[in-house]
Amino acid sequence: MRAPDNPVFAKGDVLLAVDNVSLGFGGVKALTDVSFDIRKSEIRAIIGPNGAGKTSMLNCINGFYYPTEGRITFKGVKRPKMRPYEAARGGIARTFQNVALFKSMSTLDNIMAGRSIKMRSNFFWQLFRHGPAMKEEVEHRRFVEEIIDFLEIQHIRKTPVGRLPYGLQKRVELGRALSMEPELLLLDEPMAGMNLEEKEDMSRFILEVNQQYGTTIALIEHDMGVVMDLSDRVVVLEYGRKIADGTPQEVKGDQRVIDAYLGVAH
Amino acid sequence: MLYREAGQFKTNYVADSAIFPLRQDRLGLGLIIVAAYALAFMGSDFLLQAVLIPFLVFSLASIGLNILTGYTGLLSLGTGAFMGVGAYACYKLMTAFPGVNVIVWIFVSGFFSAAIGALFGLPSLRIKGFYLAVATLAAQFFLQWCFIRIPWLVNYNVSGALEAPLRTLFGIPIVGATATPQTRYLVVLTIVIVLTWLASNLVHGRIGRMWIAIRDMDLAAELMGIRPLQTKLLAFAVSSYYCGVAGALLVFLWYGGAEYDVFNINQSFFILFMVIIGGLGSLIGSFFGAALIFILPIVLGIVLPAMMSPFGISVGADVIEHLRFMIVGALIIFFLIVEPHGLARLWQIGKQKLLVWPFPY
Repeated sequence: MRAPDNPVFAKGDVLLAVDNVSLGFGGVKALTDVSFDIRKSEIRAIIGPNGAGKTSMLNCINGFYYPTEGRITFKGVKRPKMRPYEAARGGIARTFQNVALFKSMSTLDNIMAGRSIKMRSNFFWQLFRHGPAMKEEVEHRRFVEEIIDFLEIQHIRKTPVGRLPYGLQKRVELGRALSMEPELLLLDEPMAGMNLEEKEDMSRFILEVNQQYGTTIALIEHDMGVVMDLSDRVVVLEYGRKIADGTPQEVKGDQRVIDAYLGVAH
Repeated sequence: MLYREAGQFKTNYVADSAIFPLRQDRLGLGLIIVAAYALAFMGSDFLLQAVLIPFLVFSLASIGLNILTGYTGLLSLGTGAFMGVGAYACYKLMTAFPGVNVIVWIFVSGFFSAAIGALFGLPSLRIKGFYLAVATLAAQFFLQWCFIRIPWLVNYNVSGALEAPLRTLFGIPIVGATATPQTRYLVVLTIVIVLTWLASNLVHGRIGRMWIAIRDMDLAAELMGIRPLQTKLLAFAVSSYYCGVAGALLVFLWYGGAEYDVFNINQSFFILFMVIIGGLGSLIGSFFGAALIFILPIVLGIVLPAMMSPFGISVGADVIEHLRFMIVGALIIFFLIVEPHGLARLWQIGKQKLLVWPFPY
């Protein structure tokens, strides 16, 4: 894999800025006036108690929802109202809280499906499975095999993912997101429901992706140990509002965060 | 013992991503194709005309619907109408331009069907499942209305029917009253083999993966950058193309002439049952489904009286007919209970068992 080389965005520049974003569904306010930024090549955690609006935030970033107020700027350009596939083509990949793999396809095909936008050969060659279509298939297969090696899932290459245990499915889903060579990778609870060993593996993969390829990662996670160890900066949401933002150390000591998680005596 | 994976090593990605990775499978497929061609010279006219030609036509239509419903997960009840568009388009083209070979028009008529199919596929972006089925039902009724009410489609033929004019290939009649079942069978077989091969290429490549992605998890597919509307419309277009060609074959190479009611809602359901029983998302399943639903009743019609006669029981044709319906119905229910994923899955399980036979795993 190669890091997306974009000279304009060096490490540390603001890759994605969220400014005063609010999101409402009728009377329900999922997000209220949230602002934060994600810098190039950092691991940014979004944490908060259940129902705080973390997943809604990710949904806004990759185009599932459009904020009712405020704006999102990606790579210095204010985003127009866009569909998820446009966000994907712009370089945003994502994994889901509850695994959203293509169940009947093999691991290999799932990750190959992630390469769909990179494939160019036209319908005619696809019909004959020959010439450019086959050349492209092999080229992308090589890339996909690198991801399979990286995630250590060679043995399940041809297994339909529906039959895999949960931990491996999560790993395949990460592989599928990586195959898009994203600039910004959104991970929605990548370690939910995993045992310690699986969590350690997953943490290792996340760090390696970040360090080797400089991929910017936004992460939602409930395991505080993992969040504090992995992330460069943390933003804390509660009831759709931002209550803290800073390094793990700063956030850990913040009285409002402690209140949000442990409750406060009235 | 002959069916083993052992010793067949893949040394490059092309070989590894082959559609039939096993040498025995390729050999078996070759044998089936050779046997299918041999049947043209050995089979009786009854076998060719009443069994094999319709079997191939229905298989092709099932492949069409399978691309839409099996691979892309979009339920359609408009198959009959899309077949009709192909048949009527073919009729208009071959009567308007008699100089061009009819084979060309059979392939071209599919494009008309594809365009109409894509048009009626537009609602699929917003609606799914049963609701989409109802929307395609609109296509079925509207197009059938067109077939009845627009006499231009049948060149103002007073009977309102499509009639196959005489058309030849290399001087041999292939369409029309004088074409023999043998030549017609060879033409249908060749067209079905070519189109099945193309479909198999499509579903095993990028486009097939996009279709399955939309079927399995459309939200995630969109996040992979797959455009839902284009992908679904492509599935509608390709599916309708296959149905259209099947419709043209049905009228001109099997029936020799037909009226609008060949393409009614029953035809749509007939094809849908073939796809469900054969196996959703499987090309070989389309052939199995067509065989079970179309050939089995014919076989029963021959076998049942023969089974009865040694016992001195002579039954009327009407009883045989009823028995046939009952047995086919019972078998359909049986297969759906035993293997809801269709005959194709049974076939796959059988092959896997054979690979490791005589050991259980």
